[in-house]
Amino acid sequence: MINLLAVKAIYFHEMNRTRRTILQSIISPILSTSLYFVIFGSAIGSRIKEIDGVTYGMFIVPGLLMLNLLTQSVSNGSFSTYFPKFNGTIFELQAAPISGVEMIIGFVGATSTKSIFLGLLIIATASFFIDLKILHPLLMVFFLLMTAVTFSLFGFVIGLWADNFEKLSLIPLIVITPLVFLGGSFYSINMLPEIWQKISLLNPVLYLVSGFKYSFYEISDVSIWTSIITILLILFILIVITLLIFKKGYNLRN
Amino acid sequence: MNKSFIQIKKVSKIYKNKFAALKNIDLNIQEGEIFALLGPNGAGKSTLINVLCGITYHSKGTIFIDGVDLTKNRKKIKSLIGLVPQELHLEAFETVFDNVNYSRGLWGKKKDDNYILNLLKKLNLDDKKNNLLMQLSGGMKRRVLIAKALSHNPKILFLDEPSAGVDIELRKEMWDIIYTLKKEGVTIILTTHYIEEAEEIADRVAFINNGKIILVEDKNVLLNKLGNNKLVFTLDKNLKKVPAALNKYSYKVNKNKSYIEFFLSKEKNEVSDILLSVRKSKMDYLDFNIEKRSLESIFVDFIKKEKND
Repeated sequence: MINLLAVKAIYFHEMNRTRRTILQSIISPILSTSLYFVIFGSAIGSRIKEIDGVTYGMFIVPGLLMLNLLTQSVSNGSFSTYFPKFNGTIFELQAAPISGVEMIIGFVGATSTKSIFLGLLIIATASFFIDLKILHPLLMVFFLLMTAVTFSLFGFVIGLWADNFEKLSLIPLIVITPLVFLGGSFYSINMLPEIWQKISLLNPVLYLVSGFKYSFYEISDVSIWTSIITILLILFILIVITLLIFKKGYNLRN
Repeated sequence: MNKSFIQIKKVSKIYKNKFAALKNIDLNIQEGEIFALLGPNGAGKSTLINVLCGITYHSKGTIFIDGVDLTKNRKKIKSLIGLVPQELHLEAFETVFDNVNYSRGLWGKKKDDNYILNLLKKLNLDDKKNNLLMQLSGGMKRRVLIAKALSHNPKILFLDEPSAGVDIELRKEMWDIIYTLKKEGVTIILTTHYIEEAEEIADRVAFINNGKIILVEDKNVLLNKLGNNKLVFTLDKNLKKVPAALNKYSYKVNKNKSYIEFFLSKEKNEVSDILLSVRKSKMDYLDFNIEKRSLESIFVDFIKKEKND
């Protein structure tokens, strides 16, 4: 039987950490997003012509959302798993009657909640700067939810793997951020030379950004179904990896 | 009659690098007893505790706790256990109350503020309940760790070096807490460097060295069996020769012959006999006293014997 009270305890413990670090967790990403809108949306964006029928300010909303969702989910997810290892309180999680799945639901649930909340705040912030429209709200919520859960889980895995703070920030810095920037967040891949268009298709984040863009404005770089399958596939692969980690006890028990 | 609550049979823990931290451990621990594991650093005390708590998996052997096989139902066994670790690992920015409550939740127990408040009161932490953990002294943190371990009403409490870095006053307070828990039926297993701690509170003791249990005995039986008292005379002048009249007693003279110690038999009261013989033989002494043999000296002898073997 699932230890729901333990899941709840982990979830609220992590949510309380967010409350304590509200500046770092919520306000900082909102501030940086606002700056993107001021600079790329209003100042520079006003001089850029429409892309696929939408203004540049509107065009960058899904990409900015994805950038924040991915980096915050991975950073928060990895930090919440790594921190108990760093301060030694991991012994309690190891000694408690909790299964790996319960631990994942608690930690990933809390990180995803933070990311979804952050995503909604970014949408609200964006609406102050641009005339925002969401043509497929349910699809947008689906991508928001799936991206938050998938990359929080990815963060969870990184937190288990990392044995120092450098490793912890390595993946968000050198993998996630470049993939988002090169994944069509701030441009359409149709604007690239053909060879770079093909190379861009190797970037999984492109499919997520594209799916997100479709949910907002019905514009996309790849088919919406390809985007949906991609996010489900990434989630599936991460679930398998996480379960294997728990089975082997990697960095969790001797 | 107490049943064997924890049964450990032929348990070994061998790491990937072939290091055997535990070697064929056989041990039975009774319900409601205070059991002390004594051993030098690296003897295997913490490994054994981690194995019993399900943190480390053993390589060989079987462990039954409350009739349940550890390898078959780890979750059930973990729910019975409270662990106070050796190191003071705590979240820095959380309040005492929230942190203890968190532990209760992890063990699948419903929120019960009154229970936690009573527990904090029992551990003299009630006035610190809203303090951040980083604001507490080492001794207070140790109490918080005990509160966390007791937050879910465990049947077994493991205390890994509970007195490490704790002053004498707090150590005695902790012993009182341990006595109270024993009265409530909690089985307590502690590891300690402080032999006087085991001597003071344990019902039974086990000596562990190099991953092997070298002795398990009721503390009082052990002290009775091996804890012969000594009558020690500090001599006025260095002794040239032990008077012949004293040869009938078992004695030892130190290297520079400044004192002589007589090993007292448990069967008969020899003190007055020896005093009389010393007086008759006109051996000059400055002082004498009776030294009780401690668990520590028995422990040291066992470790020495183990090394020689």
